[in-house]
Amino acid sequence: MAKRIDVSGLTAYYSTFKAIEDISMTVEPRSVTAFIGPSGCGKSTFLRTLNRMHEVTPGGRVEGKVMLDDENLYGSGVDPVTVRREVGMVFQRPNPFPTMSIFDNVAAGLRLNGSYKKSELNDVVEKSLRGANLWDEVKDRLNRPGSGLSGGQQQRLCIARAIAVEPKVLLMDEPCSALDPISTLAIEDLIGELKEHFTIVIVTHNMQQAARVSDRTAFFNLAAVGQPGKLIEIDDTERIFSNPSVQATEDYISGRFG
Amino acid sequence: MSQTTVTPNRSPVFSSSRLPRWAPAVIAVASLALSIGISLVAGWESKVQWGLIAALLFVIGSYAVTARIEGRRQAKDRVATSLVWVCFLLAVVPLLSLAWTTISNGAQVVDGYFLSHSMNGVLNSDPGGGVYHALLGTIEQVLIATVIAAPIGLLTAVYLVEYGKGKLARAVTFFVDVMTGIPSIVAGLFVLSFWILILGFSFSGFAGAMALAILMMPVVVRSTEEMLKLVPNELREASLALGVPKWKTITKIVIPTAIGGITTGVMLAVARITGETAPVLLLVFGSKIINGNPFEGAQSSLPLYVYQEYGIGTEQSIDRAWGAALTLIAFVMILNLVARGIARWKAPKTGR
Repeated sequence: MAKRIDVSGLTAYYSTFKAIEDISMTVEPRSVTAFIGPSGCGKSTFLRTLNRMHEVTPGGRVEGKVMLDDENLYGSGVDPVTVRREVGMVFQRPNPFPTMSIFDNVAAGLRLNGSYKKSELNDVVEKSLRGANLWDEVKDRLNRPGSGLSGGQQQRLCIARAIAVEPKVLLMDEPCSALDPISTLAIEDLIGELKEHFTIVIVTHNMQQAARVSDRTAFFNLAAVGQPGKLIEIDDTERIFSNPSVQATEDYISGRFG
Repeated sequence: MSQTTVTPNRSPVFSSSRLPRWAPAVIAVASLALSIGISLVAGWESKVQWGLIAALLFVIGSYAVTARIEGRRQAKDRVATSLVWVCFLLAVVPLLSLAWTTISNGAQVVDGYFLSHSMNGVLNSDPGGGVYHALLGTIEQVLIATVIAAPIGLLTAVYLVEYGKGKLARAVTFFVDVMTGIPSIVAGLFVLSFWILILGFSFSGFAGAMALAILMMPVVVRSTEEMLKLVPNELREASLALGVPKWKTITKIVIPTAIGGITTGVMLAVARITGETAPVLLLVFGSKIINGNPFEGAQSSLPLYVYQEYGIGTEQSIDRAWGAALTLIAFVMILNLVARGIARWKAPKTGR
């Protein structure tokens, strides 16, 4: 079910500004890969190129190849909509649909894509909410608005919504940065469980978090403000945090940066 | 000897002398009395003048009294509060006066008979008669105008917010702005020359409705545009990231999130065109008899009815004009209440 991502020579632009340059990496299936690096180094931009969300931004443009198993996401004739069904995304701030109930939020992906049987919907919603460790907290109020939940619950609701469409890959853009430590812990535990089924890529500013949840870690950096961000190195998380091969990585991780 | 009084004589740091709560009311009454006094002495008779002088005295008085007792910062605060109150009254007094005049003149005329009969066969100087034909005309014309203008306006706004880039969008925005400024009589003349003089159709409710639609469209576009812009981009991205196509994201996520505001905007536009007289005068022509077919023959409408009855000038016809004016206001108000109800019902829920 999970798929391997193979990126080669990827460069992304905002209009004329080159945000990231020549990035190549492999993301293993059924693993958690963390992206770390200073603000503005292009982690989020790179993440958004992995499900073609980058081009949603006006002026967003991508060169290079992203292979999902053996299909190029940027090949000619590839529909970004079908790509996004395979590669789901969780955003920095919880963003449940305000007009919908908890149930409808989770069911939204299936309903809006039109490919579901009514009888399946209940099962999918329960399965997804259980998958996101939210079922026990909301099972008695599935018809209440999703925006009435706490921040941490909302974020887990968004994760449930993302996994309900059964993507192969789950991208998470700083999913815990707006949450308190307890909710963060809940999400981190959840990531550990989800990697049994999905390929997970997570952007984080929290290095302890990267060390806790990820199997592999990629360090991004930029030479100077206005320069494009680059991938400095990617390696097993243990190695990155104990014995990185590049000095800049060690400086950043140990806080001796800049 | 003075061991019983522990309270020190020093002034406390945080509390200072305050005006009592009723002070603004006293200042208001005093300034009103003073302004009436001044006006009587000076021989000014206009009550508007009295009110304006009282308002001025109230603002100055609040400042002076507060500055003396509470201090300058509090005085400035009080002046701001007074100005808000004065502006509120200046806005509300004409509104209440208008409502009162219309109700007091119109209430005696409006009854079941008035609402259910036309002017067919009623002489100018006769009592009786009614607005049924005009009410029917207004409802039909406004409904047709809304059916034409609301979808076009909504789709234009969707284009501008969700798709529009570059020259075409700028051109559309520009022409929408120009259309907002079209005087209603010009919209009427446009339809008159195009529909009636060139294409050769006759006067009808539909012709009037087209002119009303021209007036309504830019208002709908503008308000809908603002409402769509208020929808957070994160919701669009969340939907797109689920693999939902853009058009479905717009119809199922963006528009439902903004539907309350959009409804209110459309209803305000409806309220605006309901009171239009000029294009109706040119295109619908006016009629004393009931004509339920908006596509054939002259109709009437409430504002046109008011205009014509008032123009006749007999006591009975002026009464009828007031009655129709009240009916018009009530009609618009009911529409607004319905719209607010829909907006509240459809608005995103936040309750826990």
